[in-house]
Amino acid sequence: MIMIFGIPGPLLFGQLLLGLINGAFYAMLSLGLAVIFGMLNIINFAHGSLFMMGAFAAWMLLNYVGIGYFPALILAPLLVGIFGIVLEKTIISRLYKLDHLYGLLLTFGLALVIEGLFRNGYGSSGLPYRIPDILQGAVNLGFMYMPIYRGWVVVAALVVCISTWAIIEKTSLGATLRAATENAPLVQAFGVNVPRLITLTYGGGVALAAFAGVLAAPIYSVNPNMGTNFINTVFAVVVIGGMGSIMGSILTGFGLGVVEGLTKVFYPQASATVVFVVMVIVLLVRPRGLFGKAA
Amino acid sequence: MFGFSRAQSIAFVVMVVLIAVSPFVLYPVFLMRVLCAALFACAFNLMLGYVGLLSFGHAAFFGMGSYVAAWTMKVWHVDASIAIIFGGLTGAVLGFFLGYLAIRRSGIYFAMITLALAQMVYFFCLEAPFTGGEDGIQQVPRGHLFWFIDLSNDMTMYWVTAAVFIGGFLLVHRIIHSPFGQVLKGIRENEPRATSLGYRTDDYKLIAFVLSCMIAGVAGGTKALVFGIATLTDVHYSTSGEVVLTTLLGGLGTVFGPAMGALVVTSMENYLAQFGAWVTVTQGVIFMVCVLAFRRGIIGELGAFLRISL
Amino acid sequence: MFLTRRSALKTVAAATTLPLVGPALVRPARAQAPSIKIGVLNDLSGPYANTGGTTSVVCAKQALEDFGVATKGMNVEVISADHQNKPDLAVSITRQWFDRDGVDVLMDVPTSSVALALQSVAREKNKVYLNVGAASSALTGEQCSPNFISWCYDTYMLSKSTGGAMVKAGGDSWYFLTADYAFGKQLQDDTSKLVKAAGGKVLGSAPYPFPGTTDFSSFLVQAQSSGAKVLGLCNAGGDTVNSIKQAHEFGLNASMKIAALLMFINDVHALGLETAGGLSLTESFYWDLNEGTRAFTKRVLPKTPNNYPNMIHAGCYSATLHYLKTVADMGVAEAKKDGVATINRMKAMPVEDECFGKSKIREDGRNMVAAYLFEVKTAAESKGPWDYYKLKVTTPADEAWRPLADGHCPFIKA
Repeated sequence: MIMIFGIPGPLLFGQLLLGLINGAFYAMLSLGLAVIFGMLNIINFAHGSLFMMGAFAAWMLLNYVGIGYFPALILAPLLVGIFGIVLEKTIISRLYKLDHLYGLLLTFGLALVIEGLFRNGYGSSGLPYRIPDILQGAVNLGFMYMPIYRGWVVVAALVVCISTWAIIEKTSLGATLRAATENAPLVQAFGVNVPRLITLTYGGGVALAAFAGVLAAPIYSVNPNMGTNFINTVFAVVVIGGMGSIMGSILTGFGLGVVEGLTKVFYPQASATVVFVVMVIVLLVRPRGLFGKAA
Repeated sequence: MFGFSRAQSIAFVVMVVLIAVSPFVLYPVFLMRVLCAALFACAFNLMLGYVGLLSFGHAAFFGMGSYVAAWTMKVWHVDASIAIIFGGLTGAVLGFFLGYLAIRRSGIYFAMITLALAQMVYFFCLEAPFTGGEDGIQQVPRGHLFWFIDLSNDMTMYWVTAAVFIGGFLLVHRIIHSPFGQVLKGIRENEPRATSLGYRTDDYKLIAFVLSCMIAGVAGGTKALVFGIATLTDVHYSTSGEVVLTTLLGGLGTVFGPAMGALVVTSMENYLAQFGAWVTVTQGVIFMVCVLAFRRGIIGELGAFLRISL
Repeated sequence: MFLTRRSALKTVAAATTLPLVGPALVRPARAQAPSIKIGVLNDLSGPYANTGGTTSVVCAKQALEDFGVATKGMNVEVISADHQNKPDLAVSITRQWFDRDGVDVLMDVPTSSVALALQSVAREKNKVYLNVGAASSALTGEQCSPNFISWCYDTYMLSKSTGGAMVKAGGDSWYFLTADYAFGKQLQDDTSKLVKAAGGKVLGSAPYPFPGTTDFSSFLVQAQSSGAKVLGLCNAGGDTVNSIKQAHEFGLNASMKIAALLMFINDVHALGLETAGGLSLTESFYWDLNEGTRAFTKRVLPKTPNNYPNMIHAGCYSATLHYLKTVADMGVAEAKKDGVATINRMKAMPVEDECFGKSKIREDGRNMVAAYLFEVKTAAESKGPWDYYKLKVTTPADEAWRPLADGHCPFIKA
């Protein structure tokens, strides 16, 4: 058995793989945040709660309506996305004329409300959600048992992340979006319905978070606190990646997942802090983040 | 006096009278909680209301001040005044290092960075042996002030806390109404212009940040002595969120806003404690209502209604 | 001034703040019959809301009903508050309860760090502190207090029952997954000692950052590669639920037995029998254990319909009942005056109720009840709602707890 730094090789590769899987969640969540921030200049503190709502939506669809996992992958983001659109139209759009900080504060309050309501309604023990049969079981890769479901998570996350990036950077819709954020009145003068575009973008970012939530439901217990556990790390990811950069968030998300995974092997107690340490280093060396645009 | 306008002087006198009279009517320990929260909010208001920078990690300074004061009190048996001073110094030193990292950015970036840095401090407090992890530092004696005033009596402790609060309050006010404060206002209004006038804006912002963190540390240290305990809650991001809520609700950028906000928020927590989860929901709702319709906060609205600046 | 929507909203917001200051006012003392107040302080909104929470309050109130306070002419009130697992909030609430609200008994209090903070407050004010929810065995050991009784479980009892019994059943090599804070580390320490004392080995451990870890996959894989026969989970609440779910996912349950060192029936319910089936855990109460427990559960269930009682809930009932018996014996005025005297009388009187049967409270404040090692039924074996446990090993009361001398409790004269 090869030993690398005193850790058996197979174990190390196993941890790298697991780190990649975690990174997939970080990437998806920070992608949604980056989209909303990059396009709308709003820090969506409620992102964690919307992620949680996605998981709950999947659970509710299963237990109240009998709709299973795969349809839920599409329906839950749709439902939560619509909720996001309603939010944007009624509350968030009022803040565009104000200082950006109010957006942060509003979404922070929103997160508290959403989490509190779900906690009141469903308690905090968590609710069970089964891995769908077709994805059950594990594959023996030799150095570890890899649950099929986790492999599916990585694949799904990659597909979604890359398609989102492609839409924003490579299509004309994306180009219009990017133009609208830089100079809304001018784009509006060209006849594009900018407010609607912004609303749909917010809904899209929310749907991304909800999609991550559905992916997470079978592995983490579906409980109201699941969002808060992720959100702090995800914010650090976004800061490191550069706050407006889509590709930056994706790459940093996966990268940090791997870094965290390695820390868990060598010094497990620090695995929660390592993200912030990386952030401090990045900030010292490159204040606008690895891929960020200058402020 | 102290740069207060006439209306503000009256309000100040009213506040001092209330502070003097209330312990005979209300529960002193509750009031001390309010005073510590109010001082913390005043420190925070200095950054947000006057310099225009939202620090989402201010609990780090409050909490570290709390831990250091608790530790020096318990282990070194120092005088209470020294413990509180240590708390303030901790806040200032930590503020300097974290501020140096964060100050190069502004606006939302600054908020995010301070949040993440505060999370680091939280994890440090979680792991470091001297902070006692989950248990925190417990059974901190109140000790003596100036070596002869025994603080174990609740009323005596109250007067000391009140004195610390009024001192801190006046200090914040003095900072604002000084040439230094004018430069800060100028930076908030139009930073490029301030730079073009030759002011090194980053330095000014950093100094203001350090001062704010120092006062937050003093508030934390006092709180540790009042309750005899310093725990992880003090450095948790929910405490950071709470001070934002307090200042926003009371009135951003007003002199008396933070104190009013502290009174309302602490009372609300007290009252709602029996209702469990509704505390979070209520706090969230108040946050949202404040941002949407009540941006000037209680004192701000009062001031606007009376056409004075409070 | 026009009544715009904004100004109306503002006025309402301002007006609602006024009644909030009201409760802080000191109410003038009114002459009336002295009444007993029991304060149930626990986590009503966070991770331990289902294992304690409002069901604990319901059970405490049930004790009032079963004791018949009305017929005996006693004035008893049960109040509750949420400490949100924060020691300073708990200290604040407790001081106010003792100083201003005339509360005589502090009850439940999960989360060992909170319990520790309240030990000194209860001692300072000479009140009665009946711990049901907190697990640390130090509370009747180095941190003991003459104002304190720990009712139905602690880390030592859990370790001995789950750890010791599992080793005897063949699980002689262990790997721990530990929440890296005082409670988790203590549980790991207690269990390691007992595993080794019973002839087993500890092959390794993975301390993970607490709180905030939701993904245990790396640690579980390390456990798997260690080759241990038993995976010991030194954590609680949501962490336990998550680690078990993920252990299942990685196929750990095929090669290892999973011992959840602190787990309640409500956590099993949250996991579902498909994932939880086969788990070993220890509780000192199970609703379906015997006639007495079934009768109690039947009475209390309508008031807490979605949450069956676990040992903490039953403990709140039992502690309240015994306290009331003691007060009736001593007289209300005497009981209110001196917490230490009340506790001493509680220790002198034998404890008996439907939930735990007969038990005795030791000098250090440890109520000695029997410990039961349960195995969770598989989905096929379960015949009805919440039919989750089968009894494997009973550790009788006199063997289940740490010997008095080993606790080093300061106020016990050796």
